[in-house]
Amino acid sequence: MNEKERESKRLFLKSILYGSLTALSAAILYPIFKFLKPPQQTEVEVSSIKAANVNDLEKDSGIIVRFGNKPAILIRNANGDFKAFSATCTHLDCTVQYRKDKGIIWCACHNGQYDLNGRNIGGPPPRPLEEFRVVIKGEEIFISKNV
Amino acid sequence: MKNYIQNLYKWIDERVQLQSLVEFMGKKYVPVHRHSIWYYFGGVSLFLFIIQVVTGILLLMYYKGSEDLAFESIHFIMSKVEFGWLIRSIHSWSANLFILAAMIHMFSVFFGKAYRKPREVTWLTGMLMFFMALAFGFSGYLLPWNELAFFATKVGTDIAGDIPIIGKTILEFLRGGEDVTGATLSRFFGFHVAIFPGIFTVLLTIHLLLVQRQGMSEPLFIEDEEKYEKKKMSFFPNFLLRDLLLWLIVLNILAILAVFFPWELGTKADPFAPAPAGIKPEWYFLFMFQTLKYIPANIWFIEGEIFGIVLFGIAGILWTLVPFWDRKSFRGERNRFINYVGIFVVIYIILLTTLGWLT
Repeated sequence: MNEKERESKRLFLKSILYGSLTALSAAILYPIFKFLKPPQQTEVEVSSIKAANVNDLEKDSGIIVRFGNKPAILIRNANGDFKAFSATCTHLDCTVQYRKDKGIIWCACHNGQYDLNGRNIGGPPPRPLEEFRVVIKGEEIFISKNV
Repeated sequence: MKNYIQNLYKWIDERVQLQSLVEFMGKKYVPVHRHSIWYYFGGVSLFLFIIQVVTGILLLMYYKGSEDLAFESIHFIMSKVEFGWLIRSIHSWSANLFILAAMIHMFSVFFGKAYRKPREVTWLTGMLMFFMALAFGFSGYLLPWNELAFFATKVGTDIAGDIPIIGKTILEFLRGGEDVTGATLSRFFGFHVAIFPGIFTVLLTIHLLLVQRQGMSEPLFIEDEEKYEKKKMSFFPNFLLRDLLLWLIVLNILAILAVFFPWELGTKADPFAPAPAGIKPEWYFLFMFQTLKYIPANIWFIEGEIFGIVLFGIAGILWTLVPFWDRKSFRGERNRFINYVGIFVVIYIILLTTLGWLT
């Protein structure tokens, strides 16, 4: 075997070695990365819920209700009208609350402020709260996503 | 008795040449000058880390890492287990003192330019350990599954989710899904007690080996000073004994804090309750938290929070890589600019932390 053949043989063995090492790492790492990625939970998409009864809320107050697996806020203003929004602050994901003393929706985490139409009026939130549709059937209040 | 110990020493020495190690320690010296006191903070950090490992392992005997049981198990530790309140309180206090000691250590190294050649890798491993310490704090904070921790985790992981391009993947990786749930708790528990300690131990080993190998750095400005004559103290036993004395003092401070200011448990997290008023993160995140409050919703065309996160990210990277861009210290020249940067950072952190504390 001359030098040239030896060289080519060495190159061949090298590529097999590095090729298998790459394949081995990929075979180990791929399942790990896939394992770490949480599986998509197929939950029933909630589009409408019964939030409360009309008598549950006094005028000028608000409550947090479950909308699927996310919180929503249902507010009854001083006139007795109902409004509902997603209760997830658009800033950093905290849950907002109704501030009776200021008549606003407020996030305690970074002092984010929204008016009673869900518009961001102060503090760091970059977007308004997503508004939900409120339907009152008799005594019951239903809220649903605006389509 | 003395004979037995000598025989045991001889037995080991014959097999692993202990004598050479003792000789090496005897030859290691610590410089003595008017800033020597700062050398002790690395040792204090190490001591507090050891306390974290010991108390952490003890807590593991009773802690249950699930959404339904986490809060209750800590309540059980604090009310039923003998000295449970003490162990948990020490773990929490020591975590905070650990970060404080590591911070002081980091700034003293920064101002002394001890990161300059040949100690770049020591600085890098130190900085990585510092970030890990923050990660330890952040992950450990959620484990009691109380209200404050729940929202702190929501905010913290949401910030990670704002990182351009890879944010969403990181957010899901951290939370174990889209929202902060029991899945997040399981993951944080795994990070806190297995993954982080594993990585930290490797970094710490490298860090300590380098310190032993290269010895302590002397600040440039001291070397320049006129009339400065080099004094030194042997590491073993002189410096080590001083170290141990300080550790004893720190242990006492820790005991006083843990006993007279026991760490509270708060109320159990409820994913469907609004964020409580007066919510704040741990003090070492407070300056960033406060900054986020001041940044307006939109700056030019980007969202304020992304702006803030990118800014802190760049600052953190520059800080970590200082040995590689501070060319003056590399050449052994004085660099005042670094001092100004350091002073600015210290003032910024103190000011914003105080503001965050007061408001």
